[in-house]
Amino acid sequence: MKIGGIDIGSRYIKYVLLEGTRLIDFQRRETGYNPLSVCGELLEGSKPEKLVATGYGRYLLEVFENTETITEIKAVARGAKAVFPKTRTIIDIGGQDTKVISLNDKGAVLHFEMNDRCAAGTGKFLEIMARTLGYDLEVFGKYCHEKIAGIKINSLCTVFAESEVIGLITKGEKREAITHALHDSIVSRVMSLIKRVDIQDDVIFTGGCAKNSCLKRMFEERLQRKVYVHDNPYLQAAHGAALHAMDSSYKQ
Amino acid sequence: MTKDYKQMWNSLDINLGAHDGLLAVLSDAYQNIYLSQHNRPEGMKYFDFVISEVHGLRIEEILEAKKEKRKVIGTFCVYVPEELILALDGVCIGLCAGADVGSDEAEKFVPRNTCALIKAFMGFKLAGLCPYIQTTDLIVGETTCDGKKKAYEIFDEITGGKMYVMEIPNMKGEDGRMLWRNEVKRFAKKLEAITGKKISLEKLNEASKIVNDRRKALQRLSLLRSFDPSPISGLDALLINQVSFYDDPVRFTAKVNELCDELDERIKDGTGVSEKGSPRILVSGSPMAVPNWKLHAIIEGSGATVVGEESCVGERNFGAILDDGFSSVEQGIEKIADRYMNIHCACFTPNDERLKDIMDMSQRLKADGAIHYAIQFCTPYMVEASKAKKALDKKGIPFLRIETDYSTEDMGQLKTRIDAFLEMIGKGVRA
Repeated sequence: MKIGGIDIGSRYIKYVLLEGTRLIDFQRRETGYNPLSVCGELLEGSKPEKLVATGYGRYLLEVFENTETITEIKAVARGAKAVFPKTRTIIDIGGQDTKVISLNDKGAVLHFEMNDRCAAGTGKFLEIMARTLGYDLEVFGKYCHEKIAGIKINSLCTVFAESEVIGLITKGEKREAITHALHDSIVSRVMSLIKRVDIQDDVIFTGGCAKNSCLKRMFEERLQRKVYVHDNPYLQAAHGAALHAMDSSYKQ
Repeated sequence: MTKDYKQMWNSLDINLGAHDGLLAVLSDAYQNIYLSQHNRPEGMKYFDFVISEVHGLRIEEILEAKKEKRKVIGTFCVYVPEELILALDGVCIGLCAGADVGSDEAEKFVPRNTCALIKAFMGFKLAGLCPYIQTTDLIVGETTCDGKKKAYEIFDEITGGKMYVMEIPNMKGEDGRMLWRNEVKRFAKKLEAITGKKISLEKLNEASKIVNDRRKALQRLSLLRSFDPSPISGLDALLINQVSFYDDPVRFTAKVNELCDELDERIKDGTGVSEKGSPRILVSGSPMAVPNWKLHAIIEGSGATVVGEESCVGERNFGAILDDGFSSVEQGIEKIADRYMNIHCACFTPNDERLKDIMDMSQRLKADGAIHYAIQFCTPYMVEASKAKKALDKKGIPFLRIETDYSTEDMGQLKTRIDAFLEMIGKGVRA
């Protein structure tokens, strides 16, 4: 039996197809302005017998397709636990949300924190800053090795931080140093969420921003712990939704 | 609305065009949030009617009272002793402060990062959208937070000198109690001056009974929500609490008791607004002035039921009954002052009594989880959230902290958080 999980995020829609517990397909497409039709295209190629939706846009499928939904918090917890069985803490940084989730040893969510409605400390922040500095988002994290004392992004607000970056550029500061400061500011922002949960090993980093090796390294430095990232950190929520669909189809 | 009130609104200097817009938005929101609920008690029809006439019939009644030389006293806070107002035949009205209205106007005077409630009461006046403010003879403010007390200075100018501010102490020791007793006496004198009457023992007794009866009716309603399934939705109970601030108190009490009779029957039949066993949520924190229904709408839209509000629009308003066994006006005023000191607002330090209230309510109402609600920039409640969390953690009651305002732009994010919270407490998003 083929079972699907679809994660409708603010920037990308991720789709996972399982056969048994085996992952047989993963796709990722930009959400764009018509997510419902993107979902339709993704599902068309390989229609699952059962589907669970998650992510910011999950209600679209619930309303139009009568699809069962779970929140991305539950989904990412299930998905992370599947690939890292000892997961107790998840840092998930997506396009517009940052979440820190703590799990018990059975994988149930004990507590979670989310950023307030603000792009600070999210993928969107990184995206805007990469563009300001003329980098591709995919390689942005590779250029943040140059720490220069005294260069710091103080503003939590994306709009103000961008002005700060422009200010630093016009002062002639090296863009590698500004890049470092920007990553540092995101990590600081997320640390304030992390401190509100009871952090325990293993710590897993998921979401599009987990592709950024600099963020991972900085979290490890700040937390003084190993932080695990899956080869494909985009897929945990969609995978979790699919696994949830599988769990509930066994129950029936 | 049953009739055309344009002339009345015009005479109150209401901005008619913008006001029509506001009423249309309100009516749509009411339709979507309230009238679409399933299995509501019949007794809610009265409150539906009150809301439909919020700026109509009730204003007409108030204007009639003014013709009889009764004074209209506007308030923003549950610390204002209503007994004194009623004892002098005054009309006590909680003023409009629950919608994102006229914030651009308000921001001419107060900073952007001022709480939504303060911006709203200024905005309603500045945009000419609150007929209640226009009918007032006196507006009573209080020093419950920095934002309010400084905004009242400006509001005094905007309203042509109608403001009167009561000083609320910061601590509940003997000095605080003395200060507050004096403040209540000073307020009684002020009311006597503007009404040209003296408070009599007979009138004070009568007024105390009216207000206590209303508190008892609201307590009765609160108690009925402890049954599973709850016989009434959190949205409807919130609405009743909101209406308690501006409806005629005697009529209101009778209607709440009628509704409670019906709820008694529903409980006997096992009729509720949700299935037995659906998640039960206690909401605690900043007040939700009408028409702020945002949080309850999201929670109940996700299949849970709000079973109580540890809030000024809720338990803090009716939790304490006045000891009305007094034999002189002076003694009555002291007992009244003491009763109001027994409200556990986050403006006090320390404020451990509030934590006890939260624990008591979560137990009595059999809450499966607590959601702490703070209006953004409402520092006293935002800070106390961590103490509330600690207290509830000890009892193993799941806790979610929300900070928001009156806008709808964060509805999606709030819904995700609340859904995840309901998943977490283990009863599923869809009950």
